[in-house]
Amino acid sequence: MTRLEPELKALMLASLDGNAASHRALLDRLSRRLRAYYKARLAAVGRGMAEAEDLVQEAILAIHLKRHTYDPREPLTPWVHAIARYKLIDFLRRNRASLAEVPIDEADEFLAAHDDNADAESSYDIRRLMHRLPEGMQCAIEAVKLDGLSVAEAARRCGQSESGVKVNIHRGLKALAALIARETRT
Amino acid sequence: MKTDDLVALLSTNLEPADRNVVVRAVYMAVAGGAVATLAIAFAGLGFRPDLTTGRALIYLAIKLAFAIGVVGLATIYLTRLARPGGERRTSRFLIAAPFLIIVALAAVSLGFAPQAHWEQMIAGDQWLECLLSIPIIAIVPFAVSIWAVRKAAPTNLVRAGAFAGLVAGGVSAMAYALHCTDDSLPFIALWYGGTIVLCTLAGAALGPRLLRW
Repeated sequence: MTRLEPELKALMLASLDGNAASHRALLDRLSRRLRAYYKARLAAVGRGMAEAEDLVQEAILAIHLKRHTYDPREPLTPWVHAIARYKLIDFLRRNRASLAEVPIDEADEFLAAHDDNADAESSYDIRRLMHRLPEGMQCAIEAVKLDGLSVAEAARRCGQSESGVKVNIHRGLKALAALIARETRT
Repeated sequence: MKTDDLVALLSTNLEPADRNVVVRAVYMAVAGGAVATLAIAFAGLGFRPDLTTGRALIYLAIKLAFAIGVVGLATIYLTRLARPGGERRTSRFLIAAPFLIIVALAAVSLGFAPQAHWEQMIAGDQWLECLLSIPIIAIVPFAVSIWAVRKAAPTNLVRAGAFAGLVAGGVSAMAYALHCTDDSLPFIALWYGGTIVLCTLAGAALGPRLLRW
């Protein structure tokens, strides 16, 4: 557990510099921790496990979209834990659960357990949700994030400028995160 | 969808992230808010005509020192509160320091003055104008501070909203000080301090609605 923090932090710093492999390794390892965390929390408030994977993915999207808010002078674990807990409380509030039931948890417990069920699926399909985005965002995300084209190639395919593609990807992922939050309201 | 697939999607063609976005956005908001607020105070109220006399300058300096102290501390805290988990890194005691100092100075100055002067020292000539002006002028710096914090990811929305209100109240008090001709420490403590606290409470009430992400 004490070894984990410097490992994850190193991955985060590399991912902030744009290292895709580190980003992937970081999100993968964090998703295992998040899965165990949300299963335990949802069980504690008497809710089903099925919703845990939705929350894992909401948190992963938030970590990705908000990675610029991580302060490299600080440890990573409390930052991730704060996001995880914020998304949990937001989820319970959306679903009108009583917040008094949410037990207080500490950042250092967060790394303690992991759940490696990588085949777990959330209740929504991102490709289906993507059709609800404006065309420009949809095209940019599909080209760069799903088909793996470079930004320059995507710009040509979608008829946008390169900076336009980048902006559309960021805004599109944000819009997707908002759609997912709406979808997972029960 | 599988979480693995989402992770793969997010990692494909990753762009580097700008690590200074949060700090830059908050500083720019406070600086921009201050310039806009000065312009509003100048256009709407005008600066005090005796601005170059010695007594006016001394009191202007005291008012500005108080307001700048509040804005400086609140801005640093706001850059922390804008980040997830940043609420662990704020101290309620330190942020109260400028208020405690001005209240202590006000008490001392009342202690040295004859009681017959107290009412004039506390209420001044324009307490009502001060009470209304500082919160109204604070709306503009509040809006830009909220805009800056929304670019980040606060996880304690009440406290982040409160500090955005505190920054806005302080910036507004700075601008109002250039207009205000009530020169006494108890006036500053009560009406400047009080209206800034009012802005803070308003920010705390609005935070959860404005800052959700």
